[in-house]
Amino acid sequence: MWRDALLMAGKDLRVEARSRVAIGQVAPFAVIVLVLFAFALDPSRGILVKAAAGLFWVAVLFSALLTVQRSFAIEAADGARDGLRLSGLDPAGIFLGKALAVAAELFVLEIVLGAGVVVLYNAPIHGYLLLLATCVVATVGMASAGTIYGGLAVGLRVRETLLPLLTLPVLAPVLLAATEASQAALDGVPGQGVAWLRLLGVFAAIYLTFGVLAFGSLLEES
Amino acid sequence: MALLAGFPALAGADLEVSAGEVVLLRGANGAGKSTVLRVCAGLAEVASGEAVVLGCDLRADRRAVRRRVGLLGHETFLYDDLSVADNVRFAVRAAAGDVNAVKPALARLGLDGRLARLDVGRLSAGQRRRVALAVLAARRPQLWLLDEPHAGLDAEARDLLEGLIAETVGSGATVVMASHEVDRAHALANRTLTVAGGVIYAGARPAAEPLHVA
Repeated sequence: MWRDALLMAGKDLRVEARSRVAIGQVAPFAVIVLVLFAFALDPSRGILVKAAAGLFWVAVLFSALLTVQRSFAIEAADGARDGLRLSGLDPAGIFLGKALAVAAELFVLEIVLGAGVVVLYNAPIHGYLLLLATCVVATVGMASAGTIYGGLAVGLRVRETLLPLLTLPVLAPVLLAATEASQAALDGVPGQGVAWLRLLGVFAAIYLTFGVLAFGSLLEES
Repeated sequence: MALLAGFPALAGADLEVSAGEVVLLRGANGAGKSTVLRVCAGLAEVASGEAVVLGCDLRADRRAVRRRVGLLGHETFLYDDLSVADNVRFAVRAAAGDVNAVKPALARLGLDGRLARLDVGRLSAGQRRRVALAVLAARRPQLWLLDEPHAGLDAEARDLLEGLIAETVGSGATVVMASHEVDRAHALANRTLTVAGGVIYAGARPAAEPLHVA
């Protein structure tokens, strides 16, 4: 399973490195979202500092949708999904590999967006350890849940519009918990963020387990 | 009987193929030739009857046979943003094959050198079919399932394909192909069957044995 996961993740990351969709389109989109929030909410930046954590995670969430959509669009082209089924790769490995590649892309994006929040919103950064842990666990949760719903929608003609509809409500707890944990870190009271971090951990564990167990059926039935 | 997107197909189809045979499936569009190949590849669900391919019972577990068969369909199963060599290498590694077979397979299909480094998305339809054939040549499956293998290939590539089929059969593999290229395909096949309305006929008579690829 782990060999197949690494093979799959390597293939997806190689596709992204050659096509440069993540760097050339998803990252600029996420930065534009941050800039638009700045325009819409407060040119004097007062509200932006207070809402920085939430706005950061909303931008990450939208970008995660694009990243998952892209991850499965490459499997929908020219029968690649049938090719994947025929390859004999372990479905659990396919799930873990795709989730790993999505998570890796989101990590890079979060670094870019983190810099954007500091520069554009003037937000002070504290509680680095909690922030890092929140980013890791929330990203694993988003990537796992996104990959499951991406796998569910990949065989459908309406996948582009269906995926956000399926995924956004499911990821609402991640948005809430990641925002609260990040805000606690930024406010310099990391102790208040630990409970939210635990919630993120539970969410990630549930979706990782579900994906490993159910992705084979999703791939066959979708 | 197989299920295709939930709908019944191939109700009453009987087919038995021995190891090392080259079987040609003929029939009109929509007759069920591609469905037969997808069933043999473990992609289409077998709802009733008996279906054994390479000793794997497809009704019990369709996934088990997939690593041992190679399907060249209407789609090439390739990634546009990966190079020719990367596509073939990924397919071989995924099937737990020998990556040393990649270079000779690319050379065999005339895809070595500059072409090997080119993204598949930049290739012509015929070149993509060559890459798909290179995947099969490098993976060396025991059962080759070829759906219109001559389609989109130029004369040189058709000769390469036929040489490849002869070579793979010589090494003990089995080939089942569906083709409208009657003259060329006939010359390759040991046996020709006709598919009509989801039923398989040997000549004018329905074959008697169940779907069973040894």
